[in-house]
Amino acid sequence: MTNNPKLHIPQPAARPGEVPDFSYLDLSDAGAVFRPPTNARAAEIENLALEMVRVLDDDHVAQGPWNPDLDKDTLLEALRLMVLTRVYDDRMQRVQRQGKITFYMQALGEEAVSIGQGLAFEPGDMLFPAYRNQGLYIMRETGLVEMMCQCLSNSRDMCKGRQMPIFYQNKKKNLFTISGNLATQYPQAVGWAMGSAIKGEDHIAASWVGDGSTAEADFHYALTFAAVYNAPVVLNVINNQWAISTFQGFAGGERRPFAARGLGLGIPGIRVDGNDLLAVYATTRWAADRARQGGGPTLIELVTYRGGAHSTSDDPTRYRPKDEWEAFPLGDPVNRLKQHLIKLGHWSDEQQTKLEEELRNTVNEAWKEAVSFGTLTEPPFLDVELMFEDVFAEMPEHLKLQRNKLLDLRGEKS
Amino acid sequence: MSRMNMIQAIHSAHDVMLEKDPSVVAFGQDIGYFGGVFRCTDGLQKKYGEHRVIDAPIAEGGIVGTAIGLGINGLRPVVEIQFADYIYPGFDQIVSELSRLRYRSAGDFYSPVTIRTPCGGGIRGGQTHSQSPEGIFTHLSGVMTVMVSNPYDAKGLLISAIESDDPIIFFEPKRIYNGPFDGDPDKPSASWASHPKGEVPDGYYTVPLGKADIVEEGEDLTIITYGTIVHVAQAAAERAGVNAEIIDVRTLMPLDIDTLRESVNKTGRAMVAHEATRFCGYGAELVATIQKECFWHLEAPISRVTGWDTPYPHAFEWQYFPVQKRLVEGIRKLMEVE
Repeated sequence: MTNNPKLHIPQPAARPGEVPDFSYLDLSDAGAVFRPPTNARAAEIENLALEMVRVLDDDHVAQGPWNPDLDKDTLLEALRLMVLTRVYDDRMQRVQRQGKITFYMQALGEEAVSIGQGLAFEPGDMLFPAYRNQGLYIMRETGLVEMMCQCLSNSRDMCKGRQMPIFYQNKKKNLFTISGNLATQYPQAVGWAMGSAIKGEDHIAASWVGDGSTAEADFHYALTFAAVYNAPVVLNVINNQWAISTFQGFAGGERRPFAARGLGLGIPGIRVDGNDLLAVYATTRWAADRARQGGGPTLIELVTYRGGAHSTSDDPTRYRPKDEWEAFPLGDPVNRLKQHLIKLGHWSDEQQTKLEEELRNTVNEAWKEAVSFGTLTEPPFLDVELMFEDVFAEMPEHLKLQRNKLLDLRGEKS
Repeated sequence: MSRMNMIQAIHSAHDVMLEKDPSVVAFGQDIGYFGGVFRCTDGLQKKYGEHRVIDAPIAEGGIVGTAIGLGINGLRPVVEIQFADYIYPGFDQIVSELSRLRYRSAGDFYSPVTIRTPCGGGIRGGQTHSQSPEGIFTHLSGVMTVMVSNPYDAKGLLISAIESDDPIIFFEPKRIYNGPFDGDPDKPSASWASHPKGEVPDGYYTVPLGKADIVEEGEDLTIITYGTIVHVAQAAAERAGVNAEIIDVRTLMPLDIDTLRESVNKTGRAMVAHEATRFCGYGAELVATIQKECFWHLEAPISRVTGWDTPYPHAFEWQYFPVQKRLVEGIRKLMEVE
């Protein structure tokens, strides 16, 4: 027996070959958590950060005060967008495996986050997504062809070949350009929201990070500045349990939920069932309304599970059980919304099958159109001169010289 | 026209731009109510309000990150980082975000942030209040880097920086805030009152970015420098008895190569001088540029005088600083080659 300090190395509940174990995950019953008014004092609603807001119960029935009472059309549209995200991901994952694009990241199992949250914001709200938020670009109608052309770095690529696949942007629809540097978008979203308040506008900002990235300084800067200036911003942590190979305990998730990170600053936190579209929508709408009414920031933790690999460069069978997703207690977000709609009498398995088929066709047609604008290896190609543009507003002399040097070399054998 | 020191000139640039453009906001530690530890924003919060001149928490990374967001939302932030020595928590936001937003989004997004920061030694600041990190920033693609050497340029260049849609890192050598410093620490402090560049227009004017200034015309050699060392070079040339052409680079990136080329081709001899450390310092780029552009006109190897490759020491400040004596020695060696 010794009292010496011992270095704690967080361990996930199960490794490959072991039985998945989610007993560490504290769940609340659907409908059990109180829904405060949006002007509630932060100190009085701290329990929201520790419990879990859930609307859909195990029988796929909506329960309790957080039920957003979405109409049939909205629910069906949410389902369509989630399925579209999944079908798009599936197609893009496969074209990566075929060598048509260099890289891809699926949002498999997390579709309710981007779609449910995206639906809760107004079109004028500025969103600063993370890399697994493709659903936001899909639901704000960026266009599948445009998104595919970005992944292809082809002649129609929205970022002119500057970024690797999935780093989308859509200025017209108020979707920021995705960065590979994690959490950098968080303080930027807070700054954007501060700007909105300075200008006296009622547009708010939102941003997303994963559980792993909450360890970054930028996460903490963002919370501090959001608190100090009461910025109208909704900050979201997508806790999908895994940051490549390290489980959420390595970002400090063992001690307290990520939603509680803002409590010390007086920022309300809400921990929500991230696979329950109704709960995701309802909590996000609550936070968005609060921000728009001058109530300041909210931190939302969306508890979900990364159903696929981190990226096409990753092999999760080396660090987690193969069947872990199946054992995840919050299930599959697409299936849960589908079952809810069936329960309501608005939907059927046949209609679901037909929808999936339709969307597969949509995605396949989009892919055909996208490759007609070229790929990394097939023409038409982007003009190499584009490499030197947009470094500055106007091209300085030294870049003109470098561009001309490259153009002189073109045509000569390398 | 008024007589201004560099602080007053920088203050005036803020004042002019806050008045002229409602999208301009000043943002930084202690800059609001208090007016800045160097007084560069004194009284401006009272004049323009708390939403235009904003005090910030002590988190440089947060300041730069949120300033980028302000810029994306159509504002024009002028950020003060209290000392260049403390800019590093904001470095990732500068390198990975601010400098490359326009590029990565093919021009859809950009953030016109100006980051002002006092730099340099000679104020007994030791290794945490004396650094000249300009070379770290000139290495980036997508930010412009400026270092000013006098009140007139400071105001005109700061206005240009604020109006520019490109991000700018704007270095202000704090040793010369109150007066030019010729590199002799034993002489009484000079003031800007009798210096021609201390004469500053009260209203709006600009000094163009990307243009070097020929501070003194000469025939014997060219001294290429910026910041505090501009004044040291003037004194050193006089002491060495040479007719030097002295170029103040002013905008380090992008570099005004034409002015350098023309001068060195004329004089055939070049000395590069800065306060920052030597190895991979900005002077190395100047030397390489001159070598490429002026090789067949050079009559002697290019000379380089810089700070030593050590941290900036408190006790040995004047042994570290490139004082007149070191520049004079550099000039003599350069002139010895037949």
